[in-house]
Amino acid sequence: MSSHYEAPIRRPLIVGDKNYHDISVDVAAPVEGKANKLWWTAFSIALVAFLWGLGCIIYTIGTGIGVWGLNKTVGWAWDITNFVWWVGIGHAGTLISAVLLLFRQKWRMGINRSAEAMTIFSVVQAGLFPIIHMGRVWNAHFVLPLPNQFGTLWTNFNSPLLWDVFAISTYLSVSLVFWWTGLLPDFAMLRDRAIRPFQKKIYGLLSFGWTGRAKDWQRFEEVSLVLAGLATPLVLSVHTIVSFDFATSVIPGWHTTIFPPYFVAGAVFSGFAMVNTLLIIMRKVSNLEAYITKQHIELMNIVIMITGSIVGCAYITELFIAWYSGVEYEQYAFLNRATGPYWWAYLLMMSCNVFSPQFMWFKRLRTSITFSFIISIVVNIGMWFERFVIIVTSLHRDYLPSSWTMFSPTFVDIGIFIGTIGFFFVLFLLYARTFPVIAQAEVKSILKSSGEKYKKLRDGNHE
Amino acid sequence: MSNKVVQAMYNDDDILMDAVKEVRAAKYHIEEVYTPFPVHGLDKAMGLKGTRIAITAFMYGCVGLVFSVWMMNYMMIEDWPQDIGGKPSFAFVQNMPAFVPIMFEMSVFFAAHLMVITFYMRSRLWPFKEAENPDPRTTDDMFVMEVVVDGNEAELIAFLEKTGTVEIKVTEKH
Repeated sequence: MSSHYEAPIRRPLIVGDKNYHDISVDVAAPVEGKANKLWWTAFSIALVAFLWGLGCIIYTIGTGIGVWGLNKTVGWAWDITNFVWWVGIGHAGTLISAVLLLFRQKWRMGINRSAEAMTIFSVVQAGLFPIIHMGRVWNAHFVLPLPNQFGTLWTNFNSPLLWDVFAISTYLSVSLVFWWTGLLPDFAMLRDRAIRPFQKKIYGLLSFGWTGRAKDWQRFEEVSLVLAGLATPLVLSVHTIVSFDFATSVIPGWHTTIFPPYFVAGAVFSGFAMVNTLLIIMRKVSNLEAYITKQHIELMNIVIMITGSIVGCAYITELFIAWYSGVEYEQYAFLNRATGPYWWAYLLMMSCNVFSPQFMWFKRLRTSITFSFIISIVVNIGMWFERFVIIVTSLHRDYLPSSWTMFSPTFVDIGIFIGTIGFFFVLFLLYARTFPVIAQAEVKSILKSSGEKYKKLRDGNHE
Repeated sequence: MSNKVVQAMYNDDDILMDAVKEVRAAKYHIEEVYTPFPVHGLDKAMGLKGTRIAITAFMYGCVGLVFSVWMMNYMMIEDWPQDIGGKPSFAFVQNMPAFVPIMFEMSVFFAAHLMVITFYMRSRLWPFKEAENPDPRTTDDMFVMEVVVDGNEAELIAFLEKTGTVEIKVTEKH
């Protein structure tokens, strides 16, 4: 046991009297059991929302993006807001599994699987929006540098929009591979527990024949470490490049060098909030409170508080720099944001993103499950409005005052957004019933150092 | 030569680690160890060499970088140079800053995917691959050490029984 020493001051990450077999049983239970009424209700609602969104997408593609609320002044609005919002949410998974792995934070192990699933599902939603916004979706492959009928007219590698294509597809595919490699031993556990031949076959297929040889584990750990090292700059690059979509333009309110770090902090902020939203429900419904503990929620709340404060600093810096720049267009853009016709969106953004996370300074509040859940929802509403404020308020006041206008979404805009939320939850609910939602092999490897039972045994020996 | 192996099963990773050290000290040959989770230090205790997969990742990353430089130089500078927004693409050095994001993304893309493919190939992992673990419990809570029999079956079993094993099986390995 000496090899599993951990300072007694650290609180246990696995509570209760668990042994290795208990972990397998607990992780396999949601997969092997039957879905309850609550799951079916949630799934039906999500499916209906998804189908409604699908209908709106088909209507948009069939008729043209004129069915959206865009006009000649505001050419980017609802769709790009949703795109950036979903990409932002998609940042937490890789941050938890990669950055926290590099920092050797053991608490990542209880939550990394679901956070990565959330990442992949939300990047899928994000990817839909630029593709639909193309209008002619059947030409979507034109964003790739493929030889075409014009001979060799290539894509423009100077364009941040093309950088985005590369950044997001790299991010999605690398996250997927990272996730799947971690899943292999856990699928193998489900395969070896399966009784019905069909389940055995499916999990055998998904586990790629994982057997757990010593050499495989050695490679597995090295691959995880290197992937974490690669994914860490990758995750920072993705939202940096998304922010370049705005920052490299000459629109007042967009053309700022603070955008990359500010967007990355905002992405982590909203991503962790979404992880909290999902896991607070999941730990209850799937009986995983022993593995996703109050401590996990508390630590995520601390990350939310810090990144929320960084975002707050960025908002204030932007205002200061707008004034300090002496550029009147820039000054007007920010004054108009806060006091113009979209003041309510700005106020909502400020109160949700800067004010609400400050409650997490209080231990009582950040360890309260109900309060954490409410704040996690509030944060994501705020982050949606942040993107809305940046995009719409910067565009709706053109250089030509005769073009000044307002944006209001149509039912199609709203329908597609609701559809992606539905699609996201359809994927996540299916995941929760068919995948090992906790990285059980990794959790087993820290059971003796961070399990409550073993910590008590060890601390007892010292006293 | 016979392919007979003794499979000794353990129910705890610390007992397994001690057993591996004892078996190695007694000069028996450990064929394989199956564990449900990564047991830290097991590879060293078994005398396995370190993996070089991180080095391959570095090389793949270099390939990705070179490929992206070649691709963008060919497409933007050589094949069809354009003047986009007053920023002409007539020399690689002048355009290079705009190429940095994609140079980075391609390096990561190549390094990550090719390393994982190498891992899957070397560890023989792919869809439809049949699992070869000797007992289904080795992905749950059991640890199996396979030791090669070299005409010393009875002696080996007697030795392994003293290492804290909970189950012993003798099988032919293919």
